Amino acid sequence: MSAAFLLEQLLNGVQFGVMLFLMSAGLTLVFGVMGLINLAHGSLYMVGAFVCAWVSGATGSFWLGLPAGLAAAAAAGAAVEILVMRRLYDRDHLDQVLATFSLILIFSEGTRWIFGNQPLYLNIPPLLSGVIPLPGDGGYPLYRVAIIAVGIVVAIGLYLLISRTRLGMQIRAGEADREMIGALGVDIKTLYTVVFALGAMLAGAAGALVGALQSVQVGMGESVLILAFVVIVIGGIGSIKGALVAALLVGLVDTLGRAFLPRLLTLVMPASDAGTTGSALASMAIYLVMAAILAWRPKGLFPAHG
Amino acid sequence: MTLRKILLGAAAATTLALVSGAALAEGTKIGMITTLSGSGAGLGIDVRDGFMLAVKQGGGKLGGKAVDVLIEDDAQAPDKAKQIAEKFVKKDEVKVMTGIIWSNLALAVVPGVLKDGVTYVSTNAGPSQLAGEKCDPGYFNVAWQNDNLHEGTGKYVNDAGFKNVFLLAPNYPAGKDAISGFQRYYKGGVAGSLFTKVGQTDYAAEIAAIRDAKPDAIYFFLPGGMGIAFMKQLQQAGLKVPVFGPAFSFDQDVLPAIGDAALGVKNASQWSKDLDNPANKTFVAAFQKEYGRLPSLYASQGYDAAHLIGSALKVADPADAKTFQAAVKKADFASVRGAFVFGPNNHPVQDIYVREVVKEGDVLTNKVIGVAFRNHQDAYVDLCKMQ
Repeated sequence: MSAAFLLEQLLNGVQFGVMLFLMSAGLTLVFGVMGLINLAHGSLYMVGAFVCAWVSGATGSFWLGLPAGLAAAAAAGAAVEILVMRRLYDRDHLDQVLATFSLILIFSEGTRWIFGNQPLYLNIPPLLSGVIPLPGDGGYPLYRVAIIAVGIVVAIGLYLLISRTRLGMQIRAGEADREMIGALGVDIKTLYTVVFALGAMLAGAAGALVGALQSVQVGMGESVLILAFVVIVIGGIGSIKGALVAALLVGLVDTLGRAFLPRLLTLVMPASDAGTTGSALASMAIYLVMAAILAWRPKGLFPAHG
Repeated sequence: MTLRKILLGAAAATTLALVSGAALAEGTKIGMITTLSGSGAGLGIDVRDGFMLAVKQGGGKLGGKAVDVLIEDDAQAPDKAKQIAEKFVKKDEVKVMTGIIWSNLALAVVPGVLKDGVTYVSTNAGPSQLAGEKCDPGYFNVAWQNDNLHEGTGKYVNDAGFKNVFLLAPNYPAGKDAISGFQRYYKGGVAGSLFTKVGQTDYAAEIAAIRDAKPDAIYFFLPGGMGIAFMKQLQQAGLKVPVFGPAFSFDQDVLPAIGDAALGVKNASQWSKDLDNPANKTFVAAFQKEYGRLPSLYASQGYDAAHLIGSALKVADPADAKTFQAAVKKADFASVRGAFVFGPNNHPVQDIYVREVVKEGDVLTNKVIGVAFRNHQDAYVDLCKMQ
């Protein structure tokens, strides 16, 4: 094992964490500000990926596909908020789960209907297809570095938005007391639509960026959704800072677990058993971390509501 | 383009509805449990479409008998598959079942339904357990035993002189069968092996481990979206190591999404769209006409399963399990892979081909370039104590 290997795995963990952050930032905002459980967040991720892949395929340019994916996810988010979510704010969480679960099915079948069963082709743009050399003879894909950069930019942007702008003030006020800011004359309906569309756009961005790495297919959002919920629960519901810290934590734990657990176990058991046991343990690792953190801080690392 | 697809989809749905509507009157019920949603859906949809193509060609009949195909989605979840199977057996009184894609689901469902007198024809999953100790007169696999295609690629990689191969497969029964199948005929060294989570889509950690292990080739078994993700990320990581896999890693369902990264890759399969026999030519042309895409090996397996069931329905009623199963065992139909017979454990004894990924016009597809095995039988047949 070389230093390059360790560095590469750390970068992998950070990149995975950044992707989870994009996904969970929107989810935690929606949960925190509106008190809404949105299981269909993964579908917005899928919308971003599909529209990006389709526009990229039709125009031959990823750089047109990416904004198209973002716009489509934001538009889908706004439409969902206006048509469906608005009716759910006063209901309990179970109704919200049921309604947003049905949205998953509608989005999945709708996507299948429009784009067909087979995964779409989406590759990274030539500009970012290089490999950055690492010390030793390692290398790291430029595209993944770009994802990390996007994540950092989004994190800073969200921080400034929440803490320095009028919209951010309204969002924070909405988290604290939604009746009061309504009474103070803030147009809470529009605020909710904007927050929801913003969250959807971030999910769409994650989908489009990750779509070029993975496969663009129906159902791609669901596994990420579970991880995003793990992230917001660890980070503290409603907290962007918590989402960032928890996303990086989950990303690093998952990646380093996959990379090192099977190797570590070879020290205490035969190689073939170590492979299976190690990978089984690695896939459990983030849930063990979540359990430990919740036992220590039941409201997550940075609870938004004190 | 999009509109055309919608219209095509609507047309296909209508014909399907008509077919099943016509069959609803009275027909032998066939229970199909397969994966139609989630990231593994591509495989189940192809099996279903291949199967229903054969039913449609027969005008709602298989082997001259009207059939009523009940199709349910297992969402790749063993507990859900088991619930559907129980419903099929108890409520619908189904006597023939088929369709399961994933080996962990097959192991959850098949032994139970066999006890209820159901004849099960596997369209895809072929776990070693069901070929060996748990073999059963009521269980047939029309495709292969899981190890077979890995054995074929293993032999090819061995003959090609590779000495230090890295192995990668998902952590579930078929993943373990894959690694043991490959190593049965590959005799060189192993640079390392990793089992990944089923459904995993990011392989950055694994690719870093592969880079670190410096193998001279990579063998991976990652069906569906998992393989697409792996191939793309491997290429993006700039790792120039030859890759090999079974047909599942490079078939028609995933090739368009992998793109040119797959060009030239060798893989082993029991079927290929260019196999030269009349049944295959009819199948490939009809499938393309019906669904507007090229068939995958999963579609060929679904199509073969329908014809196999039809060949038995022609002479026996599934309610009379013994006679029906004897008729299935004859495999008296024109398979799209060419002739094959069932071995003593009801798994195919068949040729395994080596294929290469090529480009025909703009379309990535496979071409047969050689034969790995003639009349190949699985390694577990001796463990099967079936009378």
